[in-house]
Amino acid sequence: MLEAILLTVSMAATPLLLAAIGELVVERSGVLNLGVEGMMIMGAVTGFGVALMTGNPFLGALAAIIVGALFSLLFAFLTLTLVTNQVATGLALTLLGLGLSGMIGESFVGQPGVRLPRLDVPFLSELPIVGRLVFSQDMIFYVSVFLTVAVAWFLFYTKAGLTLRSVGDNHNSAHALGIKVVRIRYLAVLFGGACAGLAGAHLSLVYVPQWVENMTAGRGWIALALVVFASWRPLRVLAGAYLFGAVSIGQLHAQALGIGIPSQLLSALPYIATIVVLVLISRNRRLTMVNTPASLGRPFVPDR
Amino acid sequence: MKNTLIALAASVAVLIPAVASAQDDPTKACFIYVGPIGDFGWSYQHHQGLLEAEEHFGDKLETAYLESVPEGADAERAIERFARSGCDIIFTTSFGYMDPTNKIAARFPDVKFEHATGYKREHPNVATYNSKFHEGRYVQGVIAARMSEAGVAGYIASFPIPEVVMGINAFMLGAQSVNPDFQVKVVWANTWFDPAREADAATALIDQGADIITQHTDSTGPMQVAADRGIKAFGQASDMIEFGKETQLTSIIDDWGPYYIERIQAVMDGTWEQHDVWEGMAEGHVVMAPYTNMPDDVKAEAEEIEARIKSGEFDPFTGPIKKQDGSDWLAEGEVAEEGVLLGMNFYVEGVDDQLPQ
Amino acid sequence: MRLELVKRPQQSTLFSALSPFIAFGLTIVAGAILFAALGKDPIETLYYYFIDPLTETWSLHELAIKAAPLILIAVGLSVCFLSSNWNIGAEGQFIMGAIAGSILPVLFPDFQFWFVLPLMLIMGMAGGAAYAFIPAILKVRFNTNEILSSLMLVYVAQLFLDWLVRGPWRNPQGFNFPETRNFHEYAILPEIWSASGRAHWGFVFALVAAFVLWFMLSKTLKGFEVKVIGQSPRAGRFAGFSAGRMVVFAFLVSGAMAGLAGISEVAGAIGQLRPTISPGYGFTAIIVAFLGRLNPLGIVAAGLILALTYLGGEAAQISVGLSDKVVRAFQGSILFFVLACDTLIHYRVRLVRPAQKAEAAHA
Repeated sequence: MLEAILLTVSMAATPLLLAAIGELVVERSGVLNLGVEGMMIMGAVTGFGVALMTGNPFLGALAAIIVGALFSLLFAFLTLTLVTNQVATGLALTLLGLGLSGMIGESFVGQPGVRLPRLDVPFLSELPIVGRLVFSQDMIFYVSVFLTVAVAWFLFYTKAGLTLRSVGDNHNSAHALGIKVVRIRYLAVLFGGACAGLAGAHLSLVYVPQWVENMTAGRGWIALALVVFASWRPLRVLAGAYLFGAVSIGQLHAQALGIGIPSQLLSALPYIATIVVLVLISRNRRLTMVNTPASLGRPFVPDR
Repeated sequence: MKNTLIALAASVAVLIPAVASAQDDPTKACFIYVGPIGDFGWSYQHHQGLLEAEEHFGDKLETAYLESVPEGADAERAIERFARSGCDIIFTTSFGYMDPTNKIAARFPDVKFEHATGYKREHPNVATYNSKFHEGRYVQGVIAARMSEAGVAGYIASFPIPEVVMGINAFMLGAQSVNPDFQVKVVWANTWFDPAREADAATALIDQGADIITQHTDSTGPMQVAADRGIKAFGQASDMIEFGKETQLTSIIDDWGPYYIERIQAVMDGTWEQHDVWEGMAEGHVVMAPYTNMPDDVKAEAEEIEARIKSGEFDPFTGPIKKQDGSDWLAEGEVAEEGVLLGMNFYVEGVDDQLPQ
Repeated sequence: MRLELVKRPQQSTLFSALSPFIAFGLTIVAGAILFAALGKDPIETLYYYFIDPLTETWSLHELAIKAAPLILIAVGLSVCFLSSNWNIGAEGQFIMGAIAGSILPVLFPDFQFWFVLPLMLIMGMAGGAAYAFIPAILKVRFNTNEILSSLMLVYVAQLFLDWLVRGPWRNPQGFNFPETRNFHEYAILPEIWSASGRAHWGFVFALVAAFVLWFMLSKTLKGFEVKVIGQSPRAGRFAGFSAGRMVVFAFLVSGAMAGLAGISEVAGAIGQLRPTISPGYGFTAIIVAFLGRLNPLGIVAAGLILALTYLGGEAAQISVGLSDKVVRAFQGSILFFVLACDTLIHYRVRLVRPAQKAEAAHA
């Protein structure tokens, strides 16, 4: 029972974690991309379509990564090269993604998809609880956990990570030091797009292998909120995604037990819980300040 | 006032076919959907109805539709645009379009309006229609009780409206007719359409011991979970067999095509009249997908009950039935009034859930 | 070759005026290509998209109805965004405003006097402002990021409304369907000119609010304070302005505007509370605010243009059978063009050849 519930929680948390970890890198570089939902849905439709046509879900996931990145390139060109407003451009990207994915996916509706297989780690997958939970999951789960750790390491233990953070904290001084601000931001945005694309593919290849319009149903927005929730720290994103997943799944179980609390209140719990936890952990003003990318959302044009 | 309106409507009703036949214009039927036609559920099925009508009438029919029209100010505008763009009959296919439909109908007396699932017919040119989906749910309940080893079914519900509550009750009554101790666990997903959340709800129900899943939400998410977990499930709105070849027992299919053809034909013939239609299996508006993945005797039993409902011999809501709190609702042999059913906000005895009051 | 931007010393008045037209030109070209590729007559489609909704009176009324909430919310948001307060929860404030404003007609249906409507409007504004006060006070007191709290509160508000209309506020005569009773005649926001269409006073409120906030932002000390704190909180402190008080002020203003939009929509266009009363106005208004360059008067224009794309999209769906997805994708690309062309106001765009600027190529 516990194992089964934890599995469901990890299923619900994985797409949130992936999209959020990508957006975290983007925001650490000082760019606010509100188009996560749009990139996710593009990943979902591409992943589904390619897997359906080739019969190979791994190709589907790969295609989703590529399309997610390409789609984010549009955002990068507008906000970084043409210095458009990031908030508005991100929202427009979401609008475009929802429309475009619907156009692409019109013929996929009503067709069962191809499920990404589970990868069993020999022997370890036999262990009680953790075996099934940690060593017998689909590829995207492993990627999400690996990426979280890798991003944490990259940001705080590598020189490149330091450079990326310095770009996000103060692009003018980074520029003065000879750092290629725009190039780094391009790469960060592309990484974010790739992650969001893969997160979308998780929905259409693992979670529920099918394609329907708007199937991301607002998860891109939750991912955005999780980055803030985590005060831009990767391991906290992991914690946040699993907390959110746990409360969402927990409320369904509470309902199935028939405890008689209005279901709307139960459905609201994940959102309320997120706010409450954030209030508790962000009271330390100094610590939060240190982690907030100071240039977040601010336009940058190098002086010449 | 009312008389003038009716007189006006009558005179118009006489005029229209005359004009139409004189010019031999195609009749124009217009549809408004609340969701995308790609939802593979409610709006998808209405759109299938449109396509059936197109095929049936060929050149004599022109159609138009708007999808994903939000309930509220946008709906009123969309309906008015249709009314102005020469539609002869407009189908508004969501409950939330009820007031806008009636408002616009007042201003366009020569256009026919058909509103699905509502109860307001304030003008002679507004008709309402709905289907008795609960008939199918009763049959499902019987199958569930026969097929379940645990004696527990999981029910994924959307929103606590009478339609859904009625479905849960019919399912329960069907199951109880086989196994009086049968349990139904209900989870309200608070959405009509979120494949992932519906899948989560199905998983939660299975983890709590349900070994049959049924749903009153629109996506195929729960069916896929059931397939993955190796248990049986019922489809919803459309035939979902492709998503669970070894899983789906049957599915309640909303087939709007025959109704749309009948009503469009009535407009063409000039015989269209206001009515309130609530029809089910007998008229072919509720169709059961083939009974699959079950032993022959269960299949035979299901087919027999379906036949008895179709012939009118049996109504799922026939007494004795008690309410959830144990009080009497229907006496032996008494059949529920339609009005009570259409506003149903109480459970029958045995449902393990509480309705918001 | 690559693009390079050079900041203009001053923003270009020429391009301020010209950029919308360039964007429109690009939109026309891109649209024509897209529609032709889909096998539709490009000219006819573009006509239905941009011209047809403007040719009939009823349609102009509908334009005003659609634009009113967008403008109202967006002008409120401009105060927030100019002062660097990232309120993205206007959707929730809209809903709470609608709920608070509906208390009188729903719970006291027999209380029918001429002053019910003004009271409702005030309560709506208060409701929206009170709901916006939550992220504001959390930010000031507990340093909680407002992007998260305001966004999460949207979902909470939606579920709260859902619970109300299905539970305690359900219409007793409504056969248990999820809706409140219809508002009585004293609770309905009148139509401006009912002989010609159904646009209600909400549009007038939007125009008045835009003018008042424009005046506040550009002509008063308060407006100066908003901008100074927005650009540099440090400079704001030196000038003696309190950043904390500004957070509360900005959120209260934008919450009140969103709340007014909510109650106007419910009392004007819908006439009752329902499980969903907004097709995402609060989020679309964020785009409107930036399209209008955070200037309340610009926002009026931006709101009308965005509303036009909704109406035009419907017209094109019906008349030439353009699918709803194409409409949304096209809408997204229009926004891209408009945003991209606004770059020209602040920057000169240059094409740089590698040979021309050797060090740039090596970099």
